Amino acid sequence: MLIKKASDIASAEITDERLFINRRSFLGEAAIVGLNAASALALPAGLMACSNGERNPEAEGSSATGGSASDKLTPYEKITTYNNFYELGTGKDDPSENANSFRTRPWSVEVEGLVNRPGIYDIEDILKWSPLQERVYRLRCVEAWSMVIPWLGFPFRDLIDRAQPTSQARFVELSTLHDPTQMPGQRRSVLDWPYTEGLRLDEAMHPLTILAAGLYGKTLPNQNGAPLRLVVPWKYGFKSIKSIVRIRFTDRQPATAWNKSAPSEYGFYSNVNPEVNHPRWSQAKERRIGEFRRRATLMFNGYGSQVASMYAGMDLRKHF
Amino acid sequence: MSRRTQAVRSGIFAASLIPLAWVVWGASTDNLGANPIDEIQLQTGRWALRFLALSLAISPLRRLTGWNSVIRYRRTFGLFAFFYATLHLINFIAIDKFFDVGDIVEDIAKHLYITVGMATWLALVPLALTSTRSSIRRLGGRRWNRLHQLVYVAAIGGTVHYLWAVKKDTLYPLLYFALFAVLLGYRAWMWLAKRQQPQAA
Repeated sequence: MLIKKASDIASAEITDERLFINRRSFLGEAAIVGLNAASALALPAGLMACSNGERNPEAEGSSATGGSASDKLTPYEKITTYNNFYELGTGKDDPSENANSFRTRPWSVEVEGLVNRPGIYDIEDILKWSPLQERVYRLRCVEAWSMVIPWLGFPFRDLIDRAQPTSQARFVELSTLHDPTQMPGQRRSVLDWPYTEGLRLDEAMHPLTILAAGLYGKTLPNQNGAPLRLVVPWKYGFKSIKSIVRIRFTDRQPATAWNKSAPSEYGFYSNVNPEVNHPRWSQAKERRIGEFRRRATLMFNGYGSQVASMYAGMDLRKHF
Repeated sequence: MSRRTQAVRSGIFAASLIPLAWVVWGASTDNLGANPIDEIQLQTGRWALRFLALSLAISPLRRLTGWNSVIRYRRTFGLFAFFYATLHLINFIAIDKFFDVGDIVEDIAKHLYITVGMATWLALVPLALTSTRSSIRRLGGRRWNRLHQLVYVAAIGGTVHYLWAVKKDTLYPLLYFALFAVLLGYRAWMWLAKRQQPQAA
């Protein structure tokens, strides 16, 4: 377990109070899931615990990490019907309407590149590696809207530690499933498929960076990037790549989908930054879904105290 | 005016208000999706372009089919284009930006697609103001026609505004672009044909 100074512990790292209070039943259910392991339908332990347990009503009003009490959770219905997932169409409601077009089981994730332990892993196995934890994060889209989402996931670092990157590995590249027969949006070349994203290794290993498999205590809906997606809360939403099939460790900064499509508009880092505007629109404010007035966008989406040190000395206008 | 003409005119007027009714109904029943303000912006903008295209389709239709009486609907379509463009602007100023003058001015000055959008709306204002019969009389046909060529500027401006506003998928803006290219191209072609064949014959 990672033990750090109290001031360094983000509230997102703190186990959800409900899970903590119910930890014995959580363990009990985990054991039940273990017993049911033969069943292909068995949900991973974390999902089981959350979908079986009742949501603590107080959690609905809980604050997002590093945020204020005004960070109310965005309703499930909004999170799952207002999506940017171009593989399922470019309209905001296309992904939820086309959600059933792709299958998330069976699903495997290939871990390759500069690692000591490459391999192809079944999603069911991956979800058993680490206990799933709830992380309430703000999500800031580059289009100047935002949500507050209770993800269910595990630190990306857990997977990275398991893969054992070699000393040459400096970046990680992630790819989304590329299969136009399942992904109707890929039949048009809106982006250079497959969608790829990348992080510096230290960003990938940051405790806030998670791989999510659920939200609101339920299995991740397809339109939100099932069965496994990245969540990097201090970067614009498009960095949080969905429906991951490949994780490659490399010594070079990987090409990323949006950067390839418009290099002047979407940089590799894409940290949320109210002072660096998109060339075509302002990033100073955002509309929180469900709210009327725009609110000020926070540097690093409000996670600066935890992540700013990774960019010390960098010109964030140049490395936008 | 015949009773039938009156009925058609009323029907067109009522039908032209359907998009507004749809938006009002959607907004009041929470049926505009998770981001209703953006949805209103998109819908009002698209309808402004559609009505602009309808108004620009009248003259070619008339010339190609000889159906002269359609001319009486051109003004209605033009005014509805202005109506939806104005709702689009009001939604931007009053709802999206909530009268934040600093933000609005900055957006218009710094973000080119908004600059173009604003200019497009301004190009429509004199057309709406001089849409009456008495204006035509006052200005005289030639000057009125000349002034109303601003509608070509608005068509191009509106499409460029849409094209630059979308993040990546330019399919819809390009469809409008193609539509206006046909409507304006037809006029350019007619104009050239007329120049090359002097009336002397």
